[in-house]
Amino acid sequence: MHGRPRKAPTPEEQRGLAEKAAKLRSLQSQFLQNHHGKIYTKEALEITAKLLEANPEHYTAWNYRKLAVEHNLGRPEAAAGSDFIDSVFAEELRVAESALKRNYKSYGAWHHRKWVLSKGHSSTDREMRLLNLYQRQDTRNFHTWNYRRFITALKSIPAEQELQFTTDMINENFSNYSAWHNRSVLLSHLLEEKAQGYFPKEKILSEEYEFVRNALFTDPDDQSGWFYHLWLVDQTVKVDAPMLVSSWPPHDYDFSNPKDCTLDDCGFFSYTAFKYNTGKFPLVLYFSEAVEGINASTVTFEAEYDIDTNLTWTPLSTYNSVSAQAWVTHLNIPDRKINFPKAYPVKVSLGHSQGIISSSGIPYSHRSCITVYIPLHDSQKAEGQKLERILWTDENFCNLETLCQKSNSLNSVLQLRIKEEIDPTAFKWNVETIANEIAHCRELLSWSTCKIGKLTLARLLMAHGAMMVFNSPDSLSMVHFAEVLELYRSLIELDPTHSQYYKDEYSLVFLKKVILLSVNYSCGVGWGEAPLVASSIESVLGYCHQYSDSTSLSTSGCLCLRLSNLSLSRIGSVEKFLWLQMLDLSHNQLRSIEGLEAMQLLSFLNLSNNKIGSFTALDPLRLLKSLEVLDISYNEIGSHTVDTRRYLCTSPLSHTARSDWNFEEFRICNDSVTNYWEAFSLFRELNLIQLDIVGNAVADDKFKSFLHKLLPGLKWLDGEVLL
Amino acid sequence: MEEAIIQPAAFDLIVVGTGLLESVIAAAASSSGKTVLHLDPNPFYGGHFSSLPLHDLTSFLASQSQFQPSDPRCPSSPQPEGSDHTSVHLATRPLYSALNVTSYSAEPLESRKFNLDLTGPRVFFCADSAVDLMLKSGTSRYMEFKNVDASFVFDKNSGGLASVPDSRSAIFKDTSLSYREKNQLMSVFKLVQGHFEAAGSADSDGGGRRISREDLERPFAEFLNRMQLPQKIKSIILYAIAMADYDQDDLEACKDALKTEDGLDRLALYHSSVGRFPTALGALLYPLYGQGELPQAFCRRAAVKGCLYVLRMPVLAILADKDTGSYKGVKLASGQELFSHRLVLDPSFKVPLPLANSPPASLQDSSHVVGLRDVQGKVARGICITKSSLKPNVSNCLVICPPRSLYPEQVMAIRVLQIGTNLAVCPSGMFVFYLSALCEDAVEGKQLLETAISSLFSVPTSGSPEDTSAGQSENTEALKPMLLWGALYIQELTMLFQKMYPDEEFFPNTASSDQIEDDSGLDHET
Repeated sequence: MHGRPRKAPTPEEQRGLAEKAAKLRSLQSQFLQNHHGKIYTKEALEITAKLLEANPEHYTAWNYRKLAVEHNLGRPEAAAGSDFIDSVFAEELRVAESALKRNYKSYGAWHHRKWVLSKGHSSTDREMRLLNLYQRQDTRNFHTWNYRRFITALKSIPAEQELQFTTDMINENFSNYSAWHNRSVLLSHLLEEKAQGYFPKEKILSEEYEFVRNALFTDPDDQSGWFYHLWLVDQTVKVDAPMLVSSWPPHDYDFSNPKDCTLDDCGFFSYTAFKYNTGKFPLVLYFSEAVEGINASTVTFEAEYDIDTNLTWTPLSTYNSVSAQAWVTHLNIPDRKINFPKAYPVKVSLGHSQGIISSSGIPYSHRSCITVYIPLHDSQKAEGQKLERILWTDENFCNLETLCQKSNSLNSVLQLRIKEEIDPTAFKWNVETIANEIAHCRELLSWSTCKIGKLTLARLLMAHGAMMVFNSPDSLSMVHFAEVLELYRSLIELDPTHSQYYKDEYSLVFLKKVILLSVNYSCGVGWGEAPLVASSIESVLGYCHQYSDSTSLSTSGCLCLRLSNLSLSRIGSVEKFLWLQMLDLSHNQLRSIEGLEAMQLLSFLNLSNNKIGSFTALDPLRLLKSLEVLDISYNEIGSHTVDTRRYLCTSPLSHTARSDWNFEEFRICNDSVTNYWEAFSLFRELNLIQLDIVGNAVADDKFKSFLHKLLPGLKWLDGEVLL
Repeated sequence: MEEAIIQPAAFDLIVVGTGLLESVIAAAASSSGKTVLHLDPNPFYGGHFSSLPLHDLTSFLASQSQFQPSDPRCPSSPQPEGSDHTSVHLATRPLYSALNVTSYSAEPLESRKFNLDLTGPRVFFCADSAVDLMLKSGTSRYMEFKNVDASFVFDKNSGGLASVPDSRSAIFKDTSLSYREKNQLMSVFKLVQGHFEAAGSADSDGGGRRISREDLERPFAEFLNRMQLPQKIKSIILYAIAMADYDQDDLEACKDALKTEDGLDRLALYHSSVGRFPTALGALLYPLYGQGELPQAFCRRAAVKGCLYVLRMPVLAILADKDTGSYKGVKLASGQELFSHRLVLDPSFKVPLPLANSPPASLQDSSHVVGLRDVQGKVARGICITKSSLKPNVSNCLVICPPRSLYPEQVMAIRVLQIGTNLAVCPSGMFVFYLSALCEDAVEGKQLLETAISSLFSVPTSGSPEDTSAGQSENTEALKPMLLWGALYIQELTMLFQKMYPDEEFFPNTASSDQIEDDSGLDHET
């Protein structure tokens, strides 16, 4: 069934096909007449049976047969005895079977068979024989595997028995995705139920690693085994329950405590338009995976100051309205009258009541409690400030490395972690297992160049590193960033078709390295054995700058992370940068900015000279309510005639479009606003003061005047002062 | 003795002996519309390729181990006055020697319940051209084949049997190979596959996957060495998959160094055999009721196409033209003279050369007489009977003892085929083993097989097995099958090397007549 080349039909074959088509057409028109006339006689059913034998993919015909069954079961004969009912269903099974003989990959026929059997009138004995027949014909046919799961559930065949079946199939030919997949499904159930002989999980998984290793070593280029291996790694690495990873403001970070070195002084809050403009302060919770159920009852507050407990939480996600990795709410900023010097503490508690669950259905089980300090309203600073135009030129930035004490304070922020109670022995097996897999992978790669082996090694190394660091941050020297980056570099060359994926992974690892190393740098761990971190240029400090434009007072001293010219194609490690207000990502290869939506304080963003292809790719910006300055110049917006992203995102038909939007208001000349729909839905929700869009195909005069209308607060458009 | 007169007296072809090759020729010639007479001196079909009951086997081997006394009925020349031909007496020669039969069983074995093969071929590769021949000639309809379940190699380190991972799934399942070895073995298989795929494509170098001509000419063992394969893997590939006979690592002593090209062909044959038939998962096939079914099937085919069969009819002499010395016909033991254009003789005949009163070698050169002649060497054969299998739960299997696995001076691979009850060659609960190895002389051949037997079986020292089993307390010895009966003998190798009817199609709608030679290669494959 696999790897058969397609051949052009010969003239005779074409004639044959034409004849067949004519016959089919006549059958079809007869059938449709019956269907419209709701005729369900024996003769009419015979016509559909013939039609479906010739073309098993005719969905309408299958549905007609279902209607016919319902109709016939309502006839007086049905009440008389079960023989009649049985014969009706038997006939359906016969038609489905002869259709399957013609094409055993027919969705319609398999579905119809399932439908018949789910009615519970037919014996399932024949089904296993049928399955064995079809599974011998094509051992990888996922339709039959799918149907097998349905039948085994119906017949309550024990999972152990089915597991043995997958073993047999894999032994016969391990190049069988369907068998490996079913194995993972069955094992998931058995492990979850802790069925006899399937406990402890660690023992079973170790055996499975050995089993699949035979496939990986026998034929490393066959991907089906690696696919199962990936599942095993996931079972080993995955932390069952979601966790709170970071927050804004950081846990236990007192803005007013001199010991912590006030963030204000080192430029964290040099520009804080957000809180003063709105009178609200954002509180962000960042989880290890997307969760739902964050609300006033699952997250509780304790504060000396009377705060509004009925807060609204918003998921920070562009495509999902119920779950997200990051959630935000806004606290009221109390006025100065309260008896706190600069900030007041708020205790945030999670997990004390049920309700928070991960997207895979696992509840948040850690009882976490963090204390955040909310800075107080500084009216003197807040008023009378006037923003000057931001210029992203090098002379306006001063590297933070030279400003020693400030870098210390930055590090102390990055170091902050939410303390979890961890049993140091809990991950022992997991860490050892991954280390063992790394050793095997390295051995395999020592004599063969196998793309998927390299990718797996890179993933294993990162997973191992993450577990080590999770257990003890001091073990950072164990993370083999250089090796992982090298693996991705070689994959980009070896496998050009998937280079974009490797580039994305490279970017994520690179960012992780930059952040984790800086943490360690400040921890004072000796780097004697780790030559890759000789200079702090490797750490985040090398990328932190202070903005110091002589003409602007308000923005001066603002801290900026400059990650430009790094060939990044993706953003990651956002949880460490929730405090960031100014970010320069120019001169990279970004196509998407997914993840940026969690940076709720972000006010200045430079995305120029990237590969952003559409406004929909900028969707995360809609969630950044504090964004004022945006540079998206020299991207590819408007260059691609078909914007495939738009089908994933908000559109005029989507429910997220607000009814109070009056599109007509923004009509330019004779063009409808729908031409600029993506731009409209993005900028409509932003309050930009400065925008650079030059160097994009979309940015013509007409578009600029559209933007001018749409953004009344805009002061600078492509450097021009707007009046 | 009353002898029936054979009518007519002239044929296109007379074939003497109903061995496999003679039967294939008879069937092929009959299918091409020739008139064929097929004679056999024995009362059974198959000649040296028959499967016989125990006693018949030993008596046949014994009778064929010595020179036949001259038939008194054979008239000495000259022929009666006025005849235009002379008769040349045909001598037979023994094909077997050094026969040695030992029975260890206390109770006599039921002779009639055995179907023991005299000589090879013992097994076929599923993808062998001989199998194609049987399918195309229609003879496969008269036979049933069963799969040889598994292959093993004798491991000199452990003294036990290691399975032969001969396919992708076998490598995957194997528990004795290290991960590295799995990878190495599979790499060889993939390389071979890549080579043949590239050779099949129009691209001249096949994307670099094709092995260079220069490399193809070099020894296969060297090729495997360059792939840095461990000895164990090399041995499996050379002797258990490519079925090499001579020690390939000692190129000086090796009489038949396998070229890389041939080694690759053999691997390809093996791999195309695995899974060729849905009911046979392994690479090898064996006929139900023994190999004697093969010549019978071809004879049946020939008979259907009009070939005339006469058993129990020895041929005494060849009739040659008085003037030219060229072949005219044969003289039978019944005294009847029969004439034909061509003659095919069983390998046990010696054609006297040169014929009296004739130009030397004219009989051969005229290609009217095809004898099945000697090739170099002999093959040592052994038949053993036990009540247990070499491997638990395995009924039929092939065991290879690679060179130097049994003793340091062993230069030949020894093959042992175990056949269980499901092939109907022995009584229920018993196993028959066929051992074979090429050898230079009887002494070497016996040494090879005797060592193999003592390594694989437990051989009772006295006539009674009960006595010895009591003395053996060691576990390893106890696990070995106890020998009930054994026979050792040396067989002369024969091979057909001439084409007949070069212009005729070999079985209409079948492949070329070269296949006769291919098939003959089988008789010393196992």
